[in-house]
Parts: sequence; C-alpha cells; structure tokens
Amino acid sequence: MLAPITHFISAADIRRERLMTAGGRIIARRGQQVNPLEIVAEAILEPQHILLDISGGLGLPPKDADHYIQRRAGDEVGEGDVIAGPIGISRRVVRAPMPGTVVLAGGGEVLLELEGESTELKAGYSGVITDIVGDRGVVIEVTGSLIQCVWGNGKLNYGLLNLLAHAPDEPITPGMMDVSLRGSVVMGGICEDEKVLSAAEDLPIRGMVLASMDSSLVPAAMEVSYPLVLIEGFGKLPMNQDAFTILTSGSMRETSVMAEPWNHITNTRPEVVIALPEGARADVISDSATFRIGQKVRVISPPYKSMIGTLTNLQPGMSVLTGGLRTQTAGIRFTNGDVVQVPLANLEVVG
Amino acid sequence: MQSSLINADSVLAIEIGTVNTRVILFDVVEGRYRFLGQGLVPTTLGAPGNDVSAGVKAALDQLHDITGRVLFNSEGQLVIPSQPNGSGVDACVATLSAGPPLNVVAIGLLEDVSAESAKNLASTTYAQVVDTMSLNDRRDTVSRLDNILKIHPDLIIVAGGIENGASQGVIELLEAVGLACYLMPKEQRPEVLYAGNSALVKEVQSSIGTLVNLHVAPNVRPSYESEQLTPSQPALAQIFRLVRSRQMRGVQEVDEWTGNHLMPAATAFGRTIRFISKEYAHTQKGVLGVDVGASATTVASAFDGDLRLSIRPGLGLGENLPQILDLCNLGDITRWVPVDVSDNYVRDYIYNKSIYPTSLPIGPEELATEQAIACQAMHLAIKHAIKSYPPNLPGSIAGLLPWFEPIIVAGGVLTKAPANNQTVMMILNGLQPTGVTTIALDRNNLAASLGATAGVTPLMTVQSLDTTNFVNLCTIITAIGTAPTSTPILRVRLTSEDGVSSEQEVLQGTLSVIKLPLGQVGSLHLTPLHRYDVGMGGLGRGGTVKVIGGVLGVIIDARGRPLHIPAEPTQRRDLLNSWLSAISPGKY
Repeated sequence: MLAPITHFISAADIRRERLMTAGGRIIARRGQQVNPLEIVAEAILEPQHILLDISGGLGLPPKDADHYIQRRAGDEVGEGDVIAGPIGISRRVVRAPMPGTVVLAGGGEVLLELEGESTELKAGYSGVITDIVGDRGVVIEVTGSLIQCVWGNGKLNYGLLNLLAHAPDEPITPGMMDVSLRGSVVMGGICEDEKVLSAAEDLPIRGMVLASMDSSLVPAAMEVSYPLVLIEGFGKLPMNQDAFTILTSGSMRETSVMAEPWNHITNTRPEVVIALPEGARADVISDSATFRIGQKVRVISPPYKSMIGTLTNLQPGMSVLTGGLRTQTAGIRFTNGDVVQVPLANLEVVG
Repeated sequence: MQSSLINADSVLAIEIGTVNTRVILFDVVEGRYRFLGQGLVPTTLGAPGNDVSAGVKAALDQLHDITGRVLFNSEGQLVIPSQPNGSGVDACVATLSAGPPLNVVAIGLLEDVSAESAKNLASTTYAQVVDTMSLNDRRDTVSRLDNILKIHPDLIIVAGGIENGASQGVIELLEAVGLACYLMPKEQRPEVLYAGNSALVKEVQSSIGTLVNLHVAPNVRPSYESEQLTPSQPALAQIFRLVRSRQMRGVQEVDEWTGNHLMPAATAFGRTIRFISKEYAHTQKGVLGVDVGASATTVASAFDGDLRLSIRPGLGLGENLPQILDLCNLGDITRWVPVDVSDNYVRDYIYNKSIYPTSLPIGPEELATEQAIACQAMHLAIKHAIKSYPPNLPGSIAGLLPWFEPIIVAGGVLTKAPANNQTVMMILNGLQPTGVTTIALDRNNLAASLGATAGVTPLMTVQSLDTTNFVNLCTIITAIGTAPTSTPILRVRLTSEDGVSSEQEVLQGTLSVIKLPLGQVGSLHLTPLHRYDVGMGGLGRGGTVKVIGGVLGVIIDARGRPLHIPAEPTQRRDLLNSWLSAISPGKY
C-alpha cells in the first residue's frame, strides 16, 4: 500500500517548483542564486479593462466609427494617445484615458487592457534556479534541513532562527515576545493565546514555527503578516522529537518559512528550510514509499497524534479499534516502549 | 426454452472517490446479477502519482487476484466486451467524486429569480458558486469581464429570462462572458451552460458559440413560479466530465472505458433514488437518499420520478470540513456529542480532519466526535434541500422533513459505524424524520454505481436493490404533538404474522423499540393520544400500518420535532446516551 510521506531531514537536497497560476514573465535566470524574497517571475493575474465608446465619442454609427479606429488588437497606447478619429471640422478624436494595450476593436468600441498591477512570485527558498518552467515559473534547488508542516497561513519570509521552546511541549506566551526577536524566525511549542500572534506582529518577527495551535486562532493567524506554520496540527500537540532536534540544532541559522497551504493534489505544502554550511552532505529525498516493518512512522490522529514510532507489524485482515471501527492496522512501538495498533490510514512514513 | 432477459452480462463499476478508488465486478449467475468481487485502494489523485487511473488499475489488479478474471490485454487496455476465453467485461461504468468543487459563476437576469435558479442548478453538482451576476448588481460589462478573468471559473451557468419573457438583458449579460472567453487562452476557457429562455438559444449560439464551450439545456426558470433543474442534469454531467478530464490525469482514460459516460457520483446516486421513487410511488411519499461522503454531503429527494438533488461540498467530511463552521455554530455540532469532550477538542478535530481527510477515528471520543459532525452535516444538508421541495407534500410541516418512504443512507461514516444504533442515532438526530418510514442502509455503498449501471443494464439495478445490499435498519414512527415530558401520548399494539399481540404505551420525550425480528411482517395499530400526529393522515388520527422488522426492529420516536437538546453539558450527554441506549442491542 502506498504510504504518505512527511520529511524531517537534517540535510537534504531539495528541489521545488515555484509556479504562478497563469503565464507571465520569468525574471530569474538559470543558475541564479536567489533568496526567499527575491522575485523570480511576475504576471498580471487580475487584469483590468476599460471599454471605449468610439461610436459615441465620434458621434457616428458603430459601423462607420470602425473606419476611424486607428489602433488594432495588440497595440500599446500611452495616456492621451489617439485611439480613433479625427473626424469633422472640430477634428474630434477618442484618446486613451490611461496607458494600456488594445485587446479588441470593432462594433464601435475598443477594449483596452490597462497596465494593471502585476503579481510577483517570490523564490520562497534560498537556493539556485536550475530550470525555467515555460512562462509559469522556475525550479529551485536548495540544500538544507527540511521540516515539512501540516498547516500554513499562506505567507513566506526568512530570517535567523530563534528558539523559544526548550521542550517539544513548551507553550509559547506573549511574555516571550521580546524585542530581541525582531526580524527573526521564532520556534515555539504550543500556542493557545492570540496575544502571542499580535505581539509577534508588533515586533515584528519574520516567521513563526509552532508545533501546534488552538484552532480558534486560525482567523488571527491568517491575518498576521509573517508566515506561520504548524508542524503537528491543531490542539495541544507537542512537537515530534525529530523536528525538535533539527530545529534546535539550527539555532541562529538562516531559516526560510514557506507557509503555503497544503495542497494534497499538487503536494505543495508548508515547509521550513534551514540553510546548511556549504559542502554539507545531503540526502536525496523520495516522495513515495510503501509501508514496511522497521519504518519510522508518525501517527496523524488522536489519541496518539504526532507521536513518532517504529512500524513493528502489518496486521493481516481487519482489526477492531477501541472505538469499534474495523480496519487494517499496523503495530507501532513508540520511543517510550509502548506498542499500539493504529489504522494504516492514520500513519505516514517519516523520511 | 426460457430466454434470458439479460444481454449485457458482466459489468465493471468503477468509483473514484476522494479517499478510495473501488472497482466492482458484477456478472450473471443463474439468471441474476451477482456481486463477484471488488478491489479497493487509496485514490491516486494526489502526489506523487497525480493520476487517478493508476489507482483504478491497482484496484483492478486486486480484483483480478480475487476473481481470477483477466481484465487487461497484452497492450494494457481494458478488454471490452468479454471474450470467449472469459477475459474482459461487457460493460464498464464509472463515477467520480474526487477533486475540488468546480468554481461556478451563476448568471441570471434578476438576482432573486433566474440567478437564484442558476445557483440552485450549481448545487446539483460538485460545485461552489464564486460569483453571481445579474442586472440588479449594477456592474457594467467591463467589471463583469474583469471579474470572470480574475475568478477563472470552471463553469458559467446562464439562466436568464422566463419562457416568452425578456431577451435583451440576457444578451447584455452574455457580452461579458463572450469577451472574457475571447481574452482567455483557448485551453483555459470555462464551459458555459445556457439554461435560459429557449427563444434565445440561436442568438446565444451566434453571439458566443464560437468563443466558448457552449452547452444548452432546457430553461431552468420557465416561469417566475416554477423552477426545473432536473432536465439540465445530462448537460451538467457532461460538463463535469469534460472539466475533470482536463483537470485530472487519468480521468479521460477511465471515461473512454465507459464510452464517455463517466458520471458525477452524486448524479448517479440521485438516479438510483429517482428510480426507487417510481417503485414507491404508490405510497404517495417521496424517497430520500442521503450520502455523507468526504467530498460532499448529497441529498437526493425524489417524488414519483421527480428528482431534487442537492450537493453540499462544504459539508463533506474531507478537506472542506472547516467550512461547516461557516454554516453553523460550533455548539450546533457539540450538541450531538455524547461523550465528555471540550468545544476546543471538537474544533481542533474538525481542522485536523481537514488536514488528514483519510484518517479514521480510533477511540470512542474521536468516533463520537466524527459522528456528531456527520449528524450536523446531514442536518444542514437536509435543511438546504427542503427549500427545493415541491409544495404540499404529504406530512409537510414548516421546517420539518415531509414524509418519506424509504430513507436510504450511504457514506462510510454511516455504513462503517461500529454499531447499528450509532448509525440510526445519526440519522434520527440529523434528519429528524416524520411520519412512518423505513431506514435502509446502503451497506456496500453501491447506490451510486447502480445509478451509473442503470443506463447500461437497468435490470442489474433492479436486481441489486434488494435487502442484501440495502439493509432495513428499522421502521421509524414519529409522534409529534404537545404534552409534558413522560405523558402517555401513544398506544401501540403489534400483532405478528402468527397472531401474537403485544401492547406498549409510549411516553412523550422517549425513544423506544418494539421488537420485530428482521424481515418479519407485523401489523402495528397506533392509537395517538392528545391529538398527536403519528403519520396516519392527521392530528390524533390512528390506524393500522403494516411494518417489516428491521435490524433494530420498529422504533417509536416521541422526542418531539424539532428536537430540543439541553444546553447544560452533563444533562445533554446523559440524554444523548439514554437515547443511544434505548435503541442499543438487547432492546431490539
């Protein structure tokens, strides 16, 4: 059975596609070293148009007015440029009220696409552009520690990593948000207080990496300007030991926080990448696996949610869970020695 | 020699769900269609494969291992029709529910009339309306155009003008659609469904037909008073198929196996319910089907062949689950939880479940929470569905479910519940049925596949609608009236087929079971007190009704409608548990 994978890797060669939802202009070039905030591509994703009434402007029926239109589809025009005319003694004309591009002309009208604001695609990672994907985006390769998360608020930024949690289950409190954290990425344990988020916004910080958060804070988390990611999920869930160890060893290193929401179809998901010194040996990561005995796995649902253990057996047939459901299960031995049966559907391979 | 009525023989049904992909093989054995085996694997829509056909093929490999039937030829293609050597199948049908809802722009002349009908039409497939445009919105053509370009919809539904009504406004609204499509790259253009004034079809075709992928369906709003959504179903199913083929790798291949008849699972589910409603037309009641899935909660209500389909992606138990909190308060969900968990726990559970939609509830707390969410999802879905019902249905009381016979339920949360009383409790609390009705559980979740096969081999659908697949959970008799708690409100006398009688007095506020073994027929004489309505045709009216014993016998629900749940948590939990215990094994 194909198993989902989550990566907590201390040194990995990471290759990521960064794509826009529509075609545009690629700014970065192959081989370019980029930082996470660097713009690699841009596109006008929300174009704006105006419809010019040439017929009304020239005082002619639409068919006749068409003869006086001077511009064709594709022509770029500046503010005040003549679009149609002149006509009559007064040499009446219709001018472009704003700069733009003619996209359609005819029927006594001209549709002008305005020079709208372009949407910028940021690199998201500190790495090297290794490929260009048509007019949609780029491929970036980076070597670093990789921690994949389960939830993000859609923002991205980077900074030096500051550790606020000294244990995987340590709550993060507003009092911890002191001025020394300004401009850094902070790592905390469990967040239950909205004031933590607002205090961090006030400093401001450049990113927040948490084990878990009360789900009532989702609206506030979506509002903050810095990226916020959850490694485990919602509730009071301690950080798994693997992620905690990687983060604590990355203290004061440059850390990128990509808080993109998890899309199970494209498999883009929130991630934290900690830069490694040059020459660090890295593992190549795999995105597919099947369940087998001896694998390290994480439980993704209560009552063992976020606990990491070793897969000890794959039960043949169906087993009955404590709640009564019948399903395929596997035996998991946790680091404290406890062995439990967990549905295969509630496991992911940690690699 | 008796000739067989069956020509199509073997049928392969493929279901591509959000969580699982299932393939089922049916074949004719001794003159009847039989279920021969199934393959079940996780759906492969997501990374790393991103190809739904990979999951289908893996499930078919499982099916091959189980049945021994060779399904693919040496080129790796599905063998249709079956060959003399026994390989292949005669027909293949497929349903699909995986994938995000389609983004829809609904357009109509007037916001409360045809635009509303366009929105209602969108709710009959896996879709979410992202913008509504009408002459009332005061936007000009360009701002409508810009909005369409910004939203990038998968589908635009245009439902303007009643029959013999206005025409100019429709063409004006279509101008923005035509311009937007002209400006989009061809491969990104949305499908456009015109379901407005039929007199305008030619004009619509000539104005935007070359710019868009135009589909035409009968007017959804033929008059101000009437709305007809069902005739658009084939066009909508076709659009769904085309959009999904573009969006999801592997869909096109599976669609080709079906002869381009892949269906939205909910549409196929609705087809089965409509089919059953014709069989039950003599009851004068409608047939209700409810499917609580990961991608959506579907309510199919059919009244003598007139289907009303309502699909709510925001009420699916998968990735969209947090949307339920936009439709109700957290307390509306926690009121159904019979165990001691905090509100925060339930909210966290909802968010975590949306992150991992495939996860299963392990312990009693998780199970109770998930069942409470399902209960509320059904409750919200049915409240929405009721709005589309025809007027003057038997048993209609404002805000309550009219009488149905039977109510058919499907979806893993209901069919896989560890105990039947849990399933029945979710249904009784979520749907709050009225009158006298039977609850049937589609225990193998076959209803959608049978709807898809109805187009190929109707006989298979007929033969599969039996008690093997649709388990009679119980007959419900609901007593509605006003009396203090614990007041006797109904006397019931059950006479079994062998003439043995037993009597019972029902008290207001209770849920009680009358024992009647599964499949046994009994005669139930009801004598309501205090002018209670027990579904016999009026206040205080009693009578005799023939009932068939379900897994849980016959249940008398005298808890009132709508249900009132105490706000105090301990009291509430005690009450919920007492109800659960009243219909627990041993009581029936």
